[in-house]
Amino acid sequence: MRPQEMVERALELSKADGCVVIAEETSSANLRWANNTLTTNGVTRGRQLTVIATVDGALGTSSGVVSRSAVTPDRLESLVRAAEEAARANSPAEDAQPLVTESASAADWDTPPAETSIGVFSDFAPALGEAFRRAASEDRLLFGFAEHDMVSTYVGSSTGLRLRYDQPTGKVEVTAKSPDYARSAWAGSGTRDFADVDVLGMDADLARRLRWAERQVDLPAGRYETLLPPSAVADLLIYLYWSAGARDAHDGRSVFSKPGGGTRVGERLSELPVTLYSDPNEPGLECAPFVVAHASSAISSVFDNGLPLRATEWISNGTLTALLQTRHSAGLTGLPVTPGIDNLVFTGPDGGPTLDEMVARTERGLLLTCLWYIREVDPQTLLLTGLTRDGVYLVEHGEVTAAVNNFRFNESPVSLLGRLAEVGRTERALAREWSDYFTRTAMPAVRVADFNMSSVSQAS
Amino acid sequence: MAREIDPSFLALPLRKLADAALSRAKELGVEHADFRVQRVRDQALRLRDGRLEGSLDSEDAGFAVRVVYEGTWGFAAGVDFTPEAAVRVAELAVDVARTSRAINTERVELADEPVYPDVTWISEYEINPFDVPDTEKLDLLADYSRRLLAAAGVDHVDASLLAVQENKFYADLAGTVTTQQRVRIHPELTAVAVDAQTGQFETMRTLAPPAGRGWEYATGGDGAWDWDAELAEIPELLAEKMRAPSVEAGVYDLVIHPSNLWLTIHESIGHATELDRALGYEAAYAGTSFATFDKLGRLRYGSPVMNVTGDRVTPHGLATIGYDDEGVAAQRWDIVKDGILVGYQLDRRMARLKGLGRSNGCAFADSAHHVPVQRMPNVSLQPAPDGPSTEELIAGVERGLYIVGDKSWSIDMQRYNFQFTGQRFYAIRNGRLAGQVRDVAYQATTTDFWGSMEAVGGPQTYVLGGAFNCGKAQPAQIAAVSHGCPSALFRGVRVLNTVQEAGK
Repeated sequence: MRPQEMVERALELSKADGCVVIAEETSSANLRWANNTLTTNGVTRGRQLTVIATVDGALGTSSGVVSRSAVTPDRLESLVRAAEEAARANSPAEDAQPLVTESASAADWDTPPAETSIGVFSDFAPALGEAFRRAASEDRLLFGFAEHDMVSTYVGSSTGLRLRYDQPTGKVEVTAKSPDYARSAWAGSGTRDFADVDVLGMDADLARRLRWAERQVDLPAGRYETLLPPSAVADLLIYLYWSAGARDAHDGRSVFSKPGGGTRVGERLSELPVTLYSDPNEPGLECAPFVVAHASSAISSVFDNGLPLRATEWISNGTLTALLQTRHSAGLTGLPVTPGIDNLVFTGPDGGPTLDEMVARTERGLLLTCLWYIREVDPQTLLLTGLTRDGVYLVEHGEVTAAVNNFRFNESPVSLLGRLAEVGRTERALAREWSDYFTRTAMPAVRVADFNMSSVSQAS
Repeated sequence: MAREIDPSFLALPLRKLADAALSRAKELGVEHADFRVQRVRDQALRLRDGRLEGSLDSEDAGFAVRVVYEGTWGFAAGVDFTPEAAVRVAELAVDVARTSRAINTERVELADEPVYPDVTWISEYEINPFDVPDTEKLDLLADYSRRLLAAAGVDHVDASLLAVQENKFYADLAGTVTTQQRVRIHPELTAVAVDAQTGQFETMRTLAPPAGRGWEYATGGDGAWDWDAELAEIPELLAEKMRAPSVEAGVYDLVIHPSNLWLTIHESIGHATELDRALGYEAAYAGTSFATFDKLGRLRYGSPVMNVTGDRVTPHGLATIGYDDEGVAAQRWDIVKDGILVGYQLDRRMARLKGLGRSNGCAFADSAHHVPVQRMPNVSLQPAPDGPSTEELIAGVERGLYIVGDKSWSIDMQRYNFQFTGQRFYAIRNGRLAGQVRDVAYQATTTDFWGSMEAVGGPQTYVLGGAFNCGKAQPAQIAAVSHGCPSALFRGVRVLNTVQEAGK
């Protein structure tokens, strides 16, 4: 049975006061390699059906969510009944709202699911093989991962929604090491279809970075002028974005809470005219233009499924302008409804420099490659800890002169926004740490005068 | 209560699918083929301030075929439980291997393992959480929440319950057939205090670890955790934390409770002794390890009181299983003996590659859609047989900190430099606790830290901690893992003040 038919049939079977059905067809292909050879690979197909039943009662509306993979037509009714049973067992939902009706039906509702296959690597795999040969001949080891996923999502509801979206998500990450593992460099890229991935170009860039590391300098912990490249900026700002829930801020338990009550919306976070926004129609970073919520939480609500998403500025010209909102939390905070969106773009003043131009105008500072193992230390300041990885370089008189030991950092992205010394040109960027969850970002490099390198890491 | 494999899992056409897939793979000339049906059922319930915030009951099911064809892995997975689909997936796995062999330069061979023709294993629990009505679960969480909310100084309470039932069926061309079920559960509550005027807020979370147990663990019915006692003491502990002085950064002796030390073990020993990581197979993602293979039997990992074991047999352990995802029977072995590195975590390929004989059973996949990778067993620090109590360890400290509960954690990609925080920190002065301090993080390098371990507590201090969500590999997989340990005393560890680190 086609996913659209599963949705329609589940809605027909529903005896609840309201029902939302989400059908997701997934396909995936991946290659993984280490030491210039393939290690694992695979292709998979998946199918998930989620039924959200809502039941009205004297004290309010409750919801029940049951999700199953590999659902066959004969199991469909038991799935719908299980969701209804869960809704009846649950107490009234605090986030209860009328189910969404405002979206227009999807014109492509009847289109079959899109899919990917191992064929997505038909040009990439031979190029990767060539990169292995070239790396081996030049005494370099390559490690990495390439993955392409396709998810087709169908959302139908008892209030008439019929929405559909195909989401391709691809990424490639390559780490190069010297044979003794003492020198290391990383490059990563997000992609929709692998047509724009130049693995030989990535390898050439990695070779250049390994050459940079032929001279090594030890530096102690301390606060350094630091150039953070787009990948590192993406990792820090994704965490900020995930921490920007309006409900927690309203409750006084977030970095975005205002002492005395309320949220910090309207407060200036940066003196520079920086903007952080999400837009489902952002070119190259397109994502679902409506809410798809499998469970309610502080930042999402199953009742909001199908709600249209529009371009949203979280920070505008340095000022906090929006937090992640459900319709319920928007009611609590009195702020507009601004649900989360699956991409993130950070921009500075027009005409920002490239990273190479920022290096050229650096008298003495550190150039990072990427960050790793980022964890929250203190939610009140959003202090994060983590480590530099795969290349920290010393910049002197406008040139990279050596590689430096790695560091552990303790920094808050909110604090960093207030201390930005320079913001570069925005470009497509792949976060290193969070790329398992969030690949669609565009970020600039930034300069910070006093980045807190808390201690030295011996790792190479 | 009698435990049995979920009949709805056994009702799937397990053997028919396996026969179809393995027969087809054999026809296509593979050197090895294994077939796995995996079904994972998760339930997550979350309450905010005693009211239901979100619930999700999900199930992920599918099957996978993994082959070695002309020395190259091939893997494919599907969701249609028909013999025809199983044949197609087997053919696809061989196709993937064919496509991939051009860029494979290292022939795959597997260590030998005895054949287990038809074996069944079920984890130890009394009541399957999925047999308990949701209303009963929600009522319990709401009751726990109300107890905390009723206390002065508690402004918010988060409550959650995670429960998992995992079923696996495995068959391979050698003739091994295993059918298994395990259950795990994690109830958790966090109390939050907010000073609205200053904007200060603090949290205090329950220390009850996730466990390979059933619903009885959430109610305290098995005696494994005293929920009544812990919930009763949290409000005052939180109030004390709110008014506690900020720690003075410096070097301290630390007595670390198992509720904190398990996580340090996980990061600095568990991940560091994964052989795939030590060999570079994880280099592009989570990293390598300072504990490289050439150091086996020679590396001084820590002080002579340090003895660490790996196992997949501990009762109620989160990584406990009968057979791994390569049909290897569960075992227990030494990882660190008297402070020296003596063992690694293995799968069948790496055991053969490094000439280590039999695999110790550490191959695991978190779903049918993922290939088994070398994953952590239960990795535990052993107590001293006649060792001291926690109070006796504290008595041996003139100026130090006693650390309880885990919170923030981070370690570098070779497992040297780490930083941890906790739930609460007590000053130790002249061998006695002297009230809580706050804003504490401890930083160290792995071998320095374990080398500074002067004493481990006795069995009476031992607690089995752990986590549901250890991440590894690409595509990313999660796994549940336990770490047992006693309280332990460490001398001269660097302590940071996190407020100062934030530049305040």
